[in-house]
Amino acid sequence: MSVTPDLLPATAEIFVLIMTCIILVVDTFTPEKYRASSYILTQGTLLGALLITIGLYTEQSIVTFHNTFILDPLASMLKGIIYIVVFAVLIYSKHFLQQHKMFKGEYFVLMLASVLGMMVMVSAYSFVTLYLGLELLSLSLYAMIAMQDQAKSAPEAAMKYFVLGAMASGLLLYGMSMIYGATGTLHLAEIQTNILDKFETHSLLLSFGLVFIIVAVAFKLGAVPFHMWVPDVYHGAPTAVTIFIGSAPKIAAFAMLFRLLVDGLESLHTSWQDILIILAILSMAVGNIIAIAQTNIKRMLAYSTVAHVGFILLGILSVSQSGYSASMFYTITYTIMAVGGFGMVLLLSHKGFDAERISDFKGLSTRAPWFAVMMMIFMFSMAGVPPFLGFWAKLLVLKAVVVEADMVWLAAIAVFFSIIGIFYYLRIIKFMFFDKAEDSEHLTITQGMAVTMSINGVVVLLLGLYPGILLTYCVQAITHVIQ
Amino acid sequence: MENNLVEQDMSIYLAIVLAPLMGAIIAGVFGRYISRTMAHQVTIVGVAISAALSLLVFKHFALEDMTTINETIYTWMVSDGLHLEVGFLIDKLTAMMMVVVTFVSLMVHIYTIGYMHDDSGYKRFFSYISLFTFSMLMLIMANNFVQLFFGWEAVGLVSYLLIGFWYTRETAIYANLKAFIVNRVGDFGFILGIALVAMTFNSLDYQDVFAASTLHTESTIALFPGTHWSTITVICLLLFIGAMAKSAQAPLHVWLPDSMEGPTPISALIHAATMVTAGIFMVARMSPLFELSPVALNFILLIGAVTAFFMGLLGIVQNDIKRVIAYSTLSQLGYMTVALGASAYAASIFHLMTHAFFKALLFLAAGSVIIAMHHEQDIRKMGGIRHYMPITWITFLLGTLALIGTPGFAGFFSKDSIIMAVHASQLPGANIAYLAILLGVFITAFYSFRLYFLVFHGQPRMDHHTKADLHETPKVVTVPLILLAIPSVLIGALFVADMVFGDFFGAAIMVLPEHDVLATLAKDYHGIIAMVLHSFKSLPFWLMLAGIMSAWYLYMVNPSLPEKLSQRLLIIHKVLLNKYYFDDINSTVFAGGARQLGTFLSRFGDTQVIDGWFVNGSAKLVAWFSSIIRHIQSGYLYHYAFAMMLGLATLLVLLLTTVISH
Repeated sequence: MSVTPDLLPATAEIFVLIMTCIILVVDTFTPEKYRASSYILTQGTLLGALLITIGLYTEQSIVTFHNTFILDPLASMLKGIIYIVVFAVLIYSKHFLQQHKMFKGEYFVLMLASVLGMMVMVSAYSFVTLYLGLELLSLSLYAMIAMQDQAKSAPEAAMKYFVLGAMASGLLLYGMSMIYGATGTLHLAEIQTNILDKFETHSLLLSFGLVFIIVAVAFKLGAVPFHMWVPDVYHGAPTAVTIFIGSAPKIAAFAMLFRLLVDGLESLHTSWQDILIILAILSMAVGNIIAIAQTNIKRMLAYSTVAHVGFILLGILSVSQSGYSASMFYTITYTIMAVGGFGMVLLLSHKGFDAERISDFKGLSTRAPWFAVMMMIFMFSMAGVPPFLGFWAKLLVLKAVVVEADMVWLAAIAVFFSIIGIFYYLRIIKFMFFDKAEDSEHLTITQGMAVTMSINGVVVLLLGLYPGILLTYCVQAITHVIQ
Repeated sequence: MENNLVEQDMSIYLAIVLAPLMGAIIAGVFGRYISRTMAHQVTIVGVAISAALSLLVFKHFALEDMTTINETIYTWMVSDGLHLEVGFLIDKLTAMMMVVVTFVSLMVHIYTIGYMHDDSGYKRFFSYISLFTFSMLMLIMANNFVQLFFGWEAVGLVSYLLIGFWYTRETAIYANLKAFIVNRVGDFGFILGIALVAMTFNSLDYQDVFAASTLHTESTIALFPGTHWSTITVICLLLFIGAMAKSAQAPLHVWLPDSMEGPTPISALIHAATMVTAGIFMVARMSPLFELSPVALNFILLIGAVTAFFMGLLGIVQNDIKRVIAYSTLSQLGYMTVALGASAYAASIFHLMTHAFFKALLFLAAGSVIIAMHHEQDIRKMGGIRHYMPITWITFLLGTLALIGTPGFAGFFSKDSIIMAVHASQLPGANIAYLAILLGVFITAFYSFRLYFLVFHGQPRMDHHTKADLHETPKVVTVPLILLAIPSVLIGALFVADMVFGDFFGAAIMVLPEHDVLATLAKDYHGIIAMVLHSFKSLPFWLMLAGIMSAWYLYMVNPSLPEKLSQRLLIIHKVLLNKYYFDDINSTVFAGGARQLGTFLSRFGDTQVIDGWFVNGSAKLVAWFSSIIRHIQSGYLYHYAFAMMLGLATLLVLLLTTVISH
């Protein structure tokens, strides 16, 4: 074993880290009026990372840094999606950031740091790297939420997130240490190979460890009953941060869920399957039902996230290749839709007015018909109306639950709560198309925002018509990992 | 060579069907881009091609005794062994219908140029009538029930569109809705009949069904548990219900008089000559089925007799020129139906053909009068028009003479054959039917000549302005009249020997030997002249003469008498004026009942149970639940942390209990 690890697989991470430092320095010496340079550099970094990741794409699994870092198709694909999503998030939030005096170098640096955290999580092949990435992501997010100094709600949200997040981190570490105690290793691959033998002797310890880890992951995803931070943070954070929290980190959380439970602890699936069933049902029920009572769109979307997390868990708990890929497909599609949905909130906001109430969508079809149609696509898609993208995601997950896990009752429950969920999505559509506008202010929509939003909507529509394109990649990535 | 073309190449039949469709599409879909002249040229050329080819086909069948063509050209789908196809069955029956349809359609197309000259929906109109021609051809040329049903519905659709052609008129909308709904009733029976055919024979192809029909004479079906109905009888009755609506037989006749709200060319083409005869054609086409069910035949006989007699009576009290002819159409359709019931299919189809020509003529001539009268249709405001419109007058008179069955005219041969056939029929209801249609002859003559005298003779009663402007209509109107007058006079004499008493239709129509009344009559047939001469000694002739004389006396000699008579016979007059109260019964009992039932179901079933309990109830429940549990989200950090710990503890306990129990 050579002392110097193979750095090549981590080129993208290294590139993002270097660029983060560069931006930090450049921003310090840039006068206020050239602040956009940091923004452009950040976007450039994301594009560069995307190119590197595509360039490094390989069909094999390359492990480096003493078995703690892995580059496989799954990691490459999820990273690519993260860059693209964050790229879109930045375009959506640019206008908001400028108006809320958040258009600063710190913001971009923190954002890139959290992206780096996500990348490390996605590529983690050991408990240590996973935890490292998670903390990098979380700490950056806490700071980003608290950045807006005028509003009272933002520090409150940051504080809540921080305290609860710290708790979750503690639980995760605790769980990891117990697994380590039982198996004597932190490497996921090694855990995978020898955990079954250890289960005979250390069943209690391993069970404790498993539960602690699942709780931490559930917190990150926002599954009930570990979801309570989600609505408060989504609501309290500046909308530009909310769109970020609500999108890309979900992909990282999925990676974490997948790496831990499937890559590492799949042998214990009989134990975690039941836990995930409970979490999934609770998430779908609580998320969908409480979302109905919300008047704030950010809170509503927060609860909708909770409900969608239930579906993501359904795919994993079916313990099958098709279930995992369905789950991955669901996560990616959800992220694309969520970016669009939160992006619409940003689009409606203007100086001194955050369009946070659901009723702010009233009469959008007359104010901005094209964007009303885009929002309609997102809402139909999230509700799971065929032939939009969200329908296929739900269908694939349900199919896995029925065919692979043979749990028709669970699929029936999922469908039942989805039907309840349709209400609050359709309500927005009703507001947009059938109600009179309360806000007559002219919408200022930047060109970049308009183009991105249109692309976003068209992507949801096209992937809905041809879901096979994305699905094939998901299946390939998952198949590779399983083998 | 030419013969081979007609016999073997299906493209000629496709051309017959598709030429009008192309015209309809060009005039309808692309109407915006073409001129009015272009629209009528394109559709007329389409129909003319169709008519010419139909004549060619007919020539081959009539003169050269071509064999039947039965070919499928397109399979739409195959479901569980059931083939849904498009195909043509061309035999003498079809060939004759094709000629009638395309020829009358062509005349109407040309006539329309004059009649609709100032209408803003000119192109739309041409598109519709060409579409109608296509649909009707699909119906008659079908070789299977699916295509028959397609054509059946398509002609119904076009009829609906054309009755409501002037869609800004309240009465036109009412009329087309009425036609639509009444035809729904019939179509319901019709499609059930087709479904039963599919169920019984497991095929929808005519030939398969007819070939297998005799195997099913004994089979029964239990419509209600414990009952046994002959399957064939049920099929025939259901199919005939469809025919009753389409061919306006009592009590489903109510839509036809109202359909006169449509433009007159439509009344001629659809509601006199062709579409309304689809039911007659269908029963004749299905003769191998109907022959097996004496019950159904008797039912048809009685329905036809009732329609022929009672609808004729209504014609006497009408004052709208088109409505008189419409009731006459109802009555004549009754004659055709009676003939079907008596198994005299050939006589029925023959009457269908002659009627198509003289009734189209009458309608178009009436239309000509209407144009000249500036769209005045009340015959009480006409009179003496013969001096101003000689061509219309003469052609109308010829049509009337044909209608009442004047010996030698087309209607005489067909109607007399029917009367004789019913007389010879052995069915239980045949005597009543014979009486009804015999009296019908008197009534027909009476109302026809009442109309004729009131419109063309006597003192002019129109206002001064109209009278000053009264003149003969343009050539596009009169030429079709003349062209239709020719067959109205001659076609009976030309074809009676072959079609009624000969074996013209051959295998196209199947009659059981014990029902074959026409064969009995054929023994006494000794040529046209003998038939004409014989008629002078027969009852129908004298009844007809009595009808003409009564009309002449009442409306020419003593015009004040009808008024007095109606006073004296007040009740009868009132019943007739109200059309036996069919409309009132329909609108109060059926429409009113349906609306009340609908209101009840809407209030109780929909509003209360579905909306109130299920939809709103479940929504309220969820909303209530939602408003309760949202309070869990208190906003306090320690509540959240507690929830997490609680969740962790619960999951731990759950997992540990399972682990330990293992």
